Amino acid sequence: MSTFVYMTRCDGCGHCVDICPSDIMHIDETIRRAVNIEPNFCWECYSCVKACPNHAIDVRGYADFAPMGHSVRVRREEEKGTISWKIKFRNGNEKNFVSPITTKPWGKFIPKLAEEASPDQGEINSQRLYTEPNGLNIDGDLPTISKDTFKKGVYY
Amino acid sequence: MAKVKTHFEESDVLIVGGGMAGTGATFEARHWGKDLKIICVEKANIDRSGAVAQGLYAINCYMGMQWNENQPEDHVRYARNDLMGMVREDLGYDMARHVDSTVHMFDEWGLPMMKNEKTGRYLREGKWQIMIHGESYKPIVAEAAKKSADKIYNRIMITHLLMDDKKENRIGGAVGFNMRTGDYHVFRAKTVIVAAGGASHIFKPRAVGEGMGRTWYAPWSNGSAYALPIAVGAKMTQMENRIVLCRFKDGYGPVGAYFLHLKTYTQNANGENYEKKWYDHTKNLVGEYIDHHPTPTCLRNHAFIQEVMAGGGPIHMVTTEAFQDPHLETVGWENFLGMTVGQAVVWASQNIDPKYTNPELTTSEPYVMGSHATCSGAWVSGPEDLSPPEYFGVITEC
Repeated sequence: MSTFVYMTRCDGCGHCVDICPSDIMHIDETIRRAVNIEPNFCWECYSCVKACPNHAIDVRGYADFAPMGHSVRVRREEEKGTISWKIKFRNGNEKNFVSPITTKPWGKFIPKLAEEASPDQGEINSQRLYTEPNGLNIDGDLPTISKDTFKKGVYY
Repeated sequence: MAKVKTHFEESDVLIVGGGMAGTGATFEARHWGKDLKIICVEKANIDRSGAVAQGLYAINCYMGMQWNENQPEDHVRYARNDLMGMVREDLGYDMARHVDSTVHMFDEWGLPMMKNEKTGRYLREGKWQIMIHGESYKPIVAEAAKKSADKIYNRIMITHLLMDDKKENRIGGAVGFNMRTGDYHVFRAKTVIVAAGGASHIFKPRAVGEGMGRTWYAPWSNGSAYALPIAVGAKMTQMENRIVLCRFKDGYGPVGAYFLHLKTYTQNANGENYEKKWYDHTKNLVGEYIDHHPTPTCLRNHAFIQEVMAGGGPIHMVTTEAFQDPHLETVGWENFLGMTVGQAVVWASQNIDPKYTNPELTTSEPYVMGSHATCSGAWVSGPEDLSPPEYFGVITEC
């Protein structure tokens, strides 16, 4: 079944509908709660689970292979920059893991390129990408090589 | 039928698809055209769309030119060997020479890179891969696109490219529909970048019933990267190429970090190294490539399939040795949690703790796609300083 929704926790806010890459998390029009409308198109990517403010979405493995009684729960905290996982095996064993998701305050170190100086025509005509060649951290320019060094491979 | 509204939008640059490539292109385009109108159109939500929606635990290609670890020409040799000659070396070189600056940029933006404690360099998984905590890889790059685009359209599915009326063989835009309202959208643009996805579900998935979605590649990837250019007459190349992957059974958990970093290894049902058994067979089939180092991935997978067909399966990954080290055990689990959570779900449900049980491997169903060092897609001219001059022959002064 992949994702499923705890009806008592879901308030129908629609964050899961907004984020689901498969477009299969919908709000049921009668009960006003989220529902996975097409479980066999769910990648178990956990995007909706992470996005749900009420922790109302859970995942169970698909019925063909996965007996019930397990759980893999997650809490993603953008301000703290961490993601925490709790894995519960069917036999009751548990494992817990915490990983960083970012090392810097969210988005602060991504430049707003429209406010930076325009590249000159020489740069536009070159093969460089943004930050190159400085961003390569090497002495000299973007590497290039004589065309003759390539083996003839797949042409057309 | 309800009346459908049609919306028109003009732009200088239109980016079709907001996965890693599309969001990256949106950012890069703004650097080169500060005053241009740049629009990115995505069928889902760019914060979690594309094949990297779950994240990635490694960056599979980093040269490390600053430490002279690898040079672009080394990568060309490696790729040629792994794909047994089916490569455009000019494109491989071009990709390799740009990858370092991109990785450094992600580091600067806050993507958690693992570091080698002794050397201070990025932690190598293998010769080419570096390890990251990449759960938020996609949201971080999406943030860069949001800061750069004039407008990002989420939930609009582009179905066709538009040809320019006045100039022959020129793309003039794209059309699609809104996934929510059904409204029709017409985008006219001076430049169109197709950064759409590869194709899942062309071949029958291994799983059946409700497990159909738990394919290796994202089930929502429906091959727009091929369909859009094909429909307007683009020259496609190597479309007969198929990628089949060796993965952990039922959950498609990746094996790269397990082989390269955790030093786990495979064995057949009798506990034997089966790969060398198929050496002569494979040598008869492909010749010298079986003697190359590293062994091309497809030939290792071929040995796997032969062994299973000969009755030597199931094939297991021996994890019980490496996982006694708590650090390596953590890496092994976080590897899945950061990019293939479904594998952790399968193991939890079947009480497979790789510290005590060697998990089973299998090969995936085949895919048609342009990632993972495969090579199918629209033919491109390549960069002028590297690609053969005849690729640019049709361009005349005007």
